[in-house]
Amino acid sequence: MAIFLTKDSRVLVQGMTGSEGARHTARMLAAGTDVVAGVTPGKGGQVVDFGERTVPVHSSVADAVAETGADVSVVFVPPRHVHAAVAEAVAGAIPLCVVITEGVPVQDTIRFRALATASGTRIIGPNCPGLISPGQSSAGIIPADITTAGRIGLVSKSGTLTYQLMYELRDLGFSTAVGIGGDPVVGTSHIDCLQAFQDDPGTDAIVMIGEIGGDAEERAAAYISSHVTKPVVAYVAGFTAPEGKTMGHAGAIVSGSSGTAQAKKEALEAVGVRVGGTPSETARLMRSVLSAAAR
Amino acid sequence: MDLFEYQAKELFRRHGIPVPAGGVAVTATQAQEIAASLNVPVVIKAQVKTGGRGKAGGIRTAAGPAGAADEAERVLGMDIKGHIARAVLVEEATVPFEEHYAAFLVDRASGGFLAMLSAQGGMEIEELAVSDPGALIRVPVDPEAGVDGAVLAAAAGLPEAAGEVLDRLWEVMVAEDALLVEVNPLISTADGRVVALDGKVSLDDNAAFRHSWPQPEPASSLEDRARSRGLNYVKLEGSVGVIGNGAGLVMSTLDVVALAGAAPANFLDIGGGASARIMADGLEIILSDPDVRSVLVNVFGGITTCDAVATGIVTALHSLGEVTRPIVVRLDGNNAEVGRRILSDARHPAVRQVPTMDGAASLAASLSGGS
Repeated sequence: MAIFLTKDSRVLVQGMTGSEGARHTARMLAAGTDVVAGVTPGKGGQVVDFGERTVPVHSSVADAVAETGADVSVVFVPPRHVHAAVAEAVAGAIPLCVVITEGVPVQDTIRFRALATASGTRIIGPNCPGLISPGQSSAGIIPADITTAGRIGLVSKSGTLTYQLMYELRDLGFSTAVGIGGDPVVGTSHIDCLQAFQDDPGTDAIVMIGEIGGDAEERAAAYISSHVTKPVVAYVAGFTAPEGKTMGHAGAIVSGSSGTAQAKKEALEAVGVRVGGTPSETARLMRSVLSAAAR
Repeated sequence: MDLFEYQAKELFRRHGIPVPAGGVAVTATQAQEIAASLNVPVVIKAQVKTGGRGKAGGIRTAAGPAGAADEAERVLGMDIKGHIARAVLVEEATVPFEEHYAAFLVDRASGGFLAMLSAQGGMEIEELAVSDPGALIRVPVDPEAGVDGAVLAAAAGLPEAAGEVLDRLWEVMVAEDALLVEVNPLISTADGRVVALDGKVSLDDNAAFRHSWPQPEPASSLEDRARSRGLNYVKLEGSVGVIGNGAGLVMSTLDVVALAGAAPANFLDIGGGASARIMADGLEIILSDPDVRSVLVNVFGGITTCDAVATGIVTALHSLGEVTRPIVVRLDGNNAEVGRRILSDARHPAVRQVPTMDGAASLAASLSGGS
């Protein structure tokens, strides 16, 4: 099993005819994803040839959904067009919309997030690598060949740290890995993913990767203590980040004494979550947690 | 991007929010001229993007132009918590009858907008939240419906005249793509006016494409050069130069360097799908920092391919001439084997490859001379 994305997911790509969209659609197809349509306004009727498979382009999400039964959308359009693209996915009643684009104005995210919440669409991102259920489907840009299918769930703000942990634990494998994104406001939180992993019979243990900024990790810790019975291992990046500087991700900033890595680590440890000092140590902790559970 | 107080107040003025009359000065003479034109007692305020200016002596009063020049002379160049006051705001002194607090902000926890209001202002709002939590109200704002200032003012116990000011502050929030609009204190005067005595505005850099904002001043010339090449660079205090791909992995790399007993000299993210050119630019920037004594390149190839990274390193070393500072490289993931071979074939004496992130960080730390 997996969360949010399975082998039955029918994926459409908004912005598939752009260079990023085309490149990553080819990779998603190679990972086994059932990409059923592309959407680019004004280009309906075209067909894009990806070698072993051709994918039809529609001018609107509504058309694509009516024709193909798509139930996941992956958004690769430029920042200024993201709000319109997501609004279209929401209007098309897509259950899951994954926004890869980096640099989306935060107020646009707030507005499309409100739209999506009102009509039951789950947003993942923006500014995220998407999600992958190895061996089943990939919606986004997470490389498929660095890991295998297994029973660990992973949720992370960071793309490359996700890859690092997936690679370190590739022999054990993952049910689903979700990159929720590094922006101050994102559609799906650590808590949403923890809840889904807790409820997923295909997931035995959870890796949670956080970073400086905001208090999402502290809130996740509170949630874990009251709702999560599966073992959770965590990693937090940014102990050496200076106050007041944005570290790459728009949301990764320590403001005054809030949002520090130390505070997040302490909050997680206080509820019994083991926190690794480095990505490698985090992987080792996961191994020991799983072997203890197996005994 | 955080604005200076004088920039925030310019925005306020443009949106019809009452602020004290005044102007910004970068010399004592300019301060004197502004005070002369105002022709009333003035307050001289250091323009720094940090709190606690008053306590640090960065806010002073003067009875007239001569005093304004003296006080500006004292404040200009002042170091307030590491921020140098390069300008002062010279304003008519305004006596508060009551001090309040008003802010609109992007609330990360709820993923929406929040209004925070209090009839008591003036002190740091974090202090108020602790000393008298009941005095501070938090009201979620629907992004489509917006705010009704009169209702908010009444709910917070602010004077009626604050209602219209709140409407206009919300207008600033939306029209300017702000992440934070804060007025502390928002004052009532004895004659019943409501005036923004201070202003803090943080704009969303992601929205710059639909505004004509001034470029923020870079903190260092290296940061400026990095930005002009599209690199995400932050200068830090240590001696191990760090380059990696992805913000999370680079932050993590800085931490691992620190755990190995050295201090990172910078944060540099070459981003996803980086080309050899971007890698070469990054290495060039790092090596032009005289504080750097060793370099750590930590790349996990996801979208970025390790062969492009290796080619970038070789290109940069070729164009830079003699490089003696050690460069420790860890490549893993997409095309790692090819990348490692490109580097070993190049046989550059400065380059050492280490297969793991932790091992590479330890070596870079010890080569930097850190304990």
